[in-house]
Amino acid sequence: MEPFTSHTGVGVPLRRSNVDTDQIIPAVYLKRVTRTGFEDGLFAAWRADDSFILNQEPFRGGSVLVAGPDFGTGSSREHAVWALMDYGFRVVLSSRFADIFRGNAGKQGLVAAQCEQSDIELLWKLLENEPGTEVTVDLTAKTVRAKDFSAAFQIDDYTRWRLLEGLDDIGLTLRNVDAIGEFEGRRPTWLPTTNPVTAG
Amino acid sequence: MGRTLAEKVWDAHLVRKGDGAEPDLIYIDLHLVHEVTSPQAFDGLRLAGRTLRRPDLTIATEDHNVPTIDVELPIADPVSRTQVDTLRRNCAEFGVRLHPMGDAEQGIVHVVGPQLGLTQPGMTVVCGDSHTSTHGAFGSIAFGIGTSEVEHVMATQTLPLKPFKTMAINVNGTLRPGVTSKDVILAVIAKIGTGGGQGYILEYRGDTIEAMSMEARMTVCNMSIEAGARAGMIAPDDTTFDYIEGRDHAPKGADWDAAVEYWRSLRTDDDATFDMEVDIDADALTPFVTWGTNPGQGLPLAERVPDPEDFGDDNAKVAAEKALAYMGLEPGTPLREIHVDTVFLGSCTNGRIEDLRAAAEVLKGRKVASDVRMLVVPGSMRVRAQAESEGLDKVFTAAGAEWRSAGCSMCLGMNPDQLKPGERSASTSNRNFEGRQGKGGRTHLVSPLVAAATAVRGTLSSPSDLD
Ligand code: SF4
Repeated sequence: MEPFTSHTGVGVPLRRSNVDTDQIIPAVYLKRVTRTGFEDGLFAAWRADDSFILNQEPFRGGSVLVAGPDFGTGSSREHAVWALMDYGFRVVLSSRFADIFRGNAGKQGLVAAQCEQSDIELLWKLLENEPGTEVTVDLTAKTVRAKDFSAAFQIDDYTRWRLLEGLDDIGLTLRNVDAIGEFEGRRPTWLPTTNPVTAG
Repeated sequence: MGRTLAEKVWDAHLVRKGDGAEPDLIYIDLHLVHEVTSPQAFDGLRLAGRTLRRPDLTIATEDHNVPTIDVELPIADPVSRTQVDTLRRNCAEFGVRLHPMGDAEQGIVHVVGPQLGLTQPGMTVVCGDSHTSTHGAFGSIAFGIGTSEVEHVMATQTLPLKPFKTMAINVNGTLRPGVTSKDVILAVIAKIGTGGGQGYILEYRGDTIEAMSMEARMTVCNMSIEAGARAGMIAPDDTTFDYIEGRDHAPKGADWDAAVEYWRSLRTDDDATFDMEVDIDADALTPFVTWGTNPGQGLPLAERVPDPEDFGDDNAKVAAEKALAYMGLEPGTPLREIHVDTVFLGSCTNGRIEDLRAAAEVLKGRKVASDVRMLVVPGSMRVRAQAESEGLDKVFTAAGAEWRSAGCSMCLGMNPDQLKPGERSASTSNRNFEGRQGKGGRTHLVSPLVAAATAVRGTLSSPSDLD
């Protein structure tokens, strides 16, 4: 995972609340067995409509998505994060994220930055009035800036640290492999295993 | 100070307590795997040269992609076939027990775990599927995870997790005839909203919950995620123990006694406090249906399609307008007059034997309306076999419904069972999002009783409308 400190890119105003993961990437795209190449599924149903924001220049090349509240609700599919990242998004701004989406984002290096809804509204206006405006998301300072707009965003400290360092999750946990082994030694013996039960 | 049920289970699984911003490291007792969210996780293990730590705490089944007719033939859709084949190869390579299509134990992952006795009180259960919350009905902490977490559990049998807040959902009173646990959870979601449970583990409590069967409790916990909560749970009691006893993977002999003694301690202490409490009056509940495109957009069946103008909050108003446009509904239309093309009985929410029994009871001696297609899809092959031994399949086919093999089926548009654009369904599943049951499909979430009555009348109905 690449460390993330600061990113500047074209902001895309997505004036929708409750953008669920079926909308971010419809179920039909989940059938792939690879880890990459999900950009074609991003917002597929909406992108079929020429007037959708991502079908318009200069938003097409955007990398900072500015969305309404309750972004990423619904199914736990991580493909939603992959699709956003494969398309080129590095940051999503929203006033509220679904828990699972936020967790998935942090693990893959997509910054899910939580802003006040009033700031989102200001950004929407700015990006709509001046399409192509670049937005800078500074993870070190926890600020988002665009032209003379500037606001703070929230992200939990642990996820922020991980993103700044570009740390892989499993590697972090495996530093505790001895503690895991000790815990396994203490588990009650009656807990089930999935080993097939033989008759009798 | 006392602890809640969720806190007790959490504390019992602490491998390492996080300090400061670092999360806790939680041990995972059972990892359920299916073909959709696992390929990239297995791939990740392979790429990093890692092994699967505990194949003996891992079990896989094929559910999301599988067709529910002609299951002995190869899967026609090449992409679905690739996912299923990939799962088979991965399970063989990493030594994971798999119940493939055609196997007597194949079925939806959340139906299979409990029926094998693998889901037990006080456990931690995860799966790359958000309806893993189903297993919380046993008093376990059970939640959906993303594919990178799937890989994490495979490699370490643990997850780094942040402590959560707790919310009590107190449901008291007696459900009227025709009102089910599905109506309870739809009412909960309508009350707290699709985001209301975010950051919480819900604990469903109260005499209504205590009076429910295990299967009814699973329906409630299943849809916790639709209220925004990652997990929902119910304290285990004799109903729970009776359900588990004698199942394949239940503890036996002295182990059983030791287990039950521990399980009895899994209750929220009297002096424990929840971060939030919500009360639901079960006496007042009537059959509930959704009219919109998220599970919080629901109303009692006796009501009318709402007018977006009546929503005070601007976001809710816009959401309602969009939902009604998508659903092709006019404000003021009585919900009972909404005509459906398809009725789907199944899914991990309502695809268990009690659900099939309840629907069959309504359909007995009646016919599915001539312009309605009804699909009955058991949650597992074991449920299917049980239903057939009780003659339920005959009731369904005599009524004109289709009797299928086990799978997720029309719960999501990922297999051949889909709505066509503009088609409308009454569905016992859990999500009415745009396109969930097929591109352009329109979904009304209902209980099995409402599904069956709707199939007969052709419009959204409850069994009492049939007399
Ligand atoms: S039945 Fe539906 S909700 Fe349940 S596991 Fe399958 S797709 Fe998910």
